[in-house]
Amino acid sequence: MTVVERPRLAEVGVSRPRKDGREKLSGQAQYVGDMEVAGMLHGKVLRSPVAHAQIKSIDASAALELEGVVAVLTGSDLGDIQPYYGHAIKDRPIIAIDRVRFAGEPVAAVAAVDEATAEAALRAIEVEYEELPVLGTIDEALAQDAPELHTRRPKLGLFHGLGELGEQRGNVCYQHTIVAGDLERVRAQAEITVEGEYRFPAVYQYAMETHGAIAHYHGDSITLWANCQHPFLVRAEIADLFGLEVGSVRIIVPFLGGGFGSKSYTKMEPLTVALARKAGRPVRITNRVDESMVTTRRHGMRCFMRTLARADGTLVGREVHFWLDTGAYADNGPRVTATAADSAPGPYRWEAAEVQGYCVYCNTPPSGSYRAFGATHLQWIGESQVEEVARRAGVDPLELRRRCLLTPGEPVRPDGTGKPLDADLVGDVSHAAAAVGWDEPRRPWVGRGVSVGLLAAGAHPVSRASVRLSSDGSVDVYVGTTELGQGPRTVMAQIAAEQLGLSSDVVRVHGADTRFTPYDRSTGASRSTTIAGMAVKRAADAVALRLRETAGEVWDVEPGLVDLVGGRAVFAGEELSFPDVIAKRFGFRGGEIIEGGEVRPVGGATGSYAEGPYFWEVCVAGAEVSVDLETGEVELLRTATIADVGRAINPQLVERQDEGATLQGVGNALFEEMLLVDGVVVNDNLLEYRIPRISDLPGGMTSIIVENEDGPGPYGAKGCGEGAFAAVPAAIVCALADAGVPMNELPLTPERVWRRIQELTKETPDD
Amino acid sequence: MNLALTVNGREVRAEVEPQELLLDFLRDRLGLTGAKRSCDVQVCGTCTVLVDGGPVSACSFLATDAEGREVLTIEGFAQTPEFERFEEAFLRHAALQCGYCTPGFLLTLKSLRDAGELSSDEQIRHGLDGNLCRCTGYRAILEAARELAA
Repeated sequence: MTVVERPRLAEVGVSRPRKDGREKLSGQAQYVGDMEVAGMLHGKVLRSPVAHAQIKSIDASAALELEGVVAVLTGSDLGDIQPYYGHAIKDRPIIAIDRVRFAGEPVAAVAAVDEATAEAALRAIEVEYEELPVLGTIDEALAQDAPELHTRRPKLGLFHGLGELGEQRGNVCYQHTIVAGDLERVRAQAEITVEGEYRFPAVYQYAMETHGAIAHYHGDSITLWANCQHPFLVRAEIADLFGLEVGSVRIIVPFLGGGFGSKSYTKMEPLTVALARKAGRPVRITNRVDESMVTTRRHGMRCFMRTLARADGTLVGREVHFWLDTGAYADNGPRVTATAADSAPGPYRWEAAEVQGYCVYCNTPPSGSYRAFGATHLQWIGESQVEEVARRAGVDPLELRRRCLLTPGEPVRPDGTGKPLDADLVGDVSHAAAAVGWDEPRRPWVGRGVSVGLLAAGAHPVSRASVRLSSDGSVDVYVGTTELGQGPRTVMAQIAAEQLGLSSDVVRVHGADTRFTPYDRSTGASRSTTIAGMAVKRAADAVALRLRETAGEVWDVEPGLVDLVGGRAVFAGEELSFPDVIAKRFGFRGGEIIEGGEVRPVGGATGSYAEGPYFWEVCVAGAEVSVDLETGEVELLRTATIADVGRAINPQLVERQDEGATLQGVGNALFEEMLLVDGVVVNDNLLEYRIPRISDLPGGMTSIIVENEDGPGPYGAKGCGEGAFAAVPAAIVCALADAGVPMNELPLTPERVWRRIQELTKETPDD
Repeated sequence: MNLALTVNGREVRAEVEPQELLLDFLRDRLGLTGAKRSCDVQVCGTCTVLVDGGPVSACSFLATDAEGREVLTIEGFAQTPEFERFEEAFLRHAALQCGYCTPGFLLTLKSLRDAGELSSDEQIRHGLDGNLCRCTGYRAILEAARELAA
């Protein structure tokens, strides 16, 4: 059957205004903290002040006597369920059971008629701790005589996704290895060797809306309103914990006030459900910022890296060992470790490479996903070594990259497994360099840098969607992608409208309610447009086919000859509006057309990590900085990011993704750092943990969209919004090295940069 | 304590606790949830409302300090004819993403515009430095603000 091709795309490639814009601008948009459920109580959590201890006793009797206190939950209330969860490793109790492993771990939770009463009750609970030695750093956790933080035999989580767990040794909860070629030989023959120790700090995602959930436990079913990015995965974990069928757990996701990975997988939901179960009434728990800071964060990292090259700069070998502080519980640490390992080699043609990544338990708050995890950890290190190779070889760093970068179709992983390169990196980095004035004359203490990397993106390729055309010609799209700011309500409407030949103005997109919305694996890994968007496209295509069939029956022509334009079925001068087509189909002014679409692993694939990723997200940026020798302050003069998106369905939203990622990258590069002392976060507030303000906007910020239609998503699209985050800090570090100050630790605070300048001045006294 | 104030042009009388915060008063008592809670320490600006035309962080402002004064929240501002310009500027530049900080930005911008303090990028950057946005990277907000100044 032939299908009529419309000559041009009417919706795709157009910057339609956000569908959720007016609702959000007028203050009407509802977030979980704005919602009320009849009979709802307010929950507050008592958290451990110490990082490692046995709980000797908990006395909540005084709290229970306070008027308005309905229930107090402790670890002893969980005897009738299997209380451990974790999508990767089931290592975490819903609430501390006899032992606390990080400062901030929930020890008791109170449900009361209002927040003030719940807070008063927390103060009335007495907990006796017997403190244990604190493994506050990776080095302490890896020491020969370090105690093991988890002595239970670990169980794989429901969504481990990384194959066999392997043997766990000491406090290493997951190890990821990539080995290719004869590194010994390459090392012996290398003419340039660059090596060093590097550190990346723990940082906080700071989604402005903190974690929150409302739970209603009905006995044989559970309803949750939660600001989670992955409602379908949370549903499965909640069902597993509380011994229910998956279908008996309903999760409703309102608007999210940002996520950036901090609301991926399961966070406050199990504790909220357990408290509601104990109280026998609906309960809401909303974190304060200091509580969300110890709920999840980005892994701090220690890294050793060595890059080997020939005298002309040609890159030949790389060796990387890194250790990630995943905190007291694994959370998404194993995946972060695997993705970091994938980003560690960098997108070059290595003769030999070895990567050893370790995910390490410490007595620190759990670490999980944060936008461009793994790539952000490693790219600045690898690219700063490429910069140094170029300097020693006397080659322009951009030229060296052009010479050594992988080209489309070449294997990305040094061991040849997984998806080959699906992007034009040489073109991308050339655009970035030009945008920061690469060939312009250089002034003293001003530097320019570019960076190139890849991020394994897409996660597990499973999404479904349904598209429903009502008898009035309007369309509803049901898709599980969470709206956390990135704009899926708008983009999904454009995709459906494009396929149906109507305006996105008449399309409504509905977020996740697991009772009604088709399954979607998750919202993260830059997958929404690419994977969920493809499911929407297929569902819309199926609806379009029904329209063509019915119109074809009316006109007695092949369905494939019927075109859909402007909300009408059209053939040879005849036309029928969609409401008329539906009326013909059902014989009266009613009925509807509803169809589904799906994306799943194909061709015998399982969607596993080894086969993946679904696509490689491009991480390319350029930066120009100046450094003040007297103060160590780094000023960001220009940045450029490349959104290599295959096809921009809404170009303005693509630009916004990269602009947002740029500023988060600036924060991570220049000043964001969680300070931990004996495992306790000492700057757990927005006064002492500074995030970028409008005055931190770089002098010039360019977002360049590259459309090569080489993605696996609709119209050749592929995801974006994370790559820039990994690329910007790396470009800044390279630019600072170009200005004369190579750094091996982030963030680039004035003090740290100033000290480095003093060291360098000592190393190379004036001639 | 007895409290009498004007909220979005409507007179409101209530019995409040002396330590009750304006943010809780607006959200919990009046159901005006457009002002959001985030940092709790007057840094992020997401709880911004206008009191007698000037921006305050309602998370760090006692309800009783609004006695006899006029409070404007996003719900009230959105009902005024002036709002449409702000709405169109933000939509045109896609100057919002998750939307959590957006009401605070709009109200701060309204106060800056009323005071004639949007005439240069320097003024805009200074005036908006107390409103954090983690999503947009600020460039689009800056552009929308420039348009509102014109």
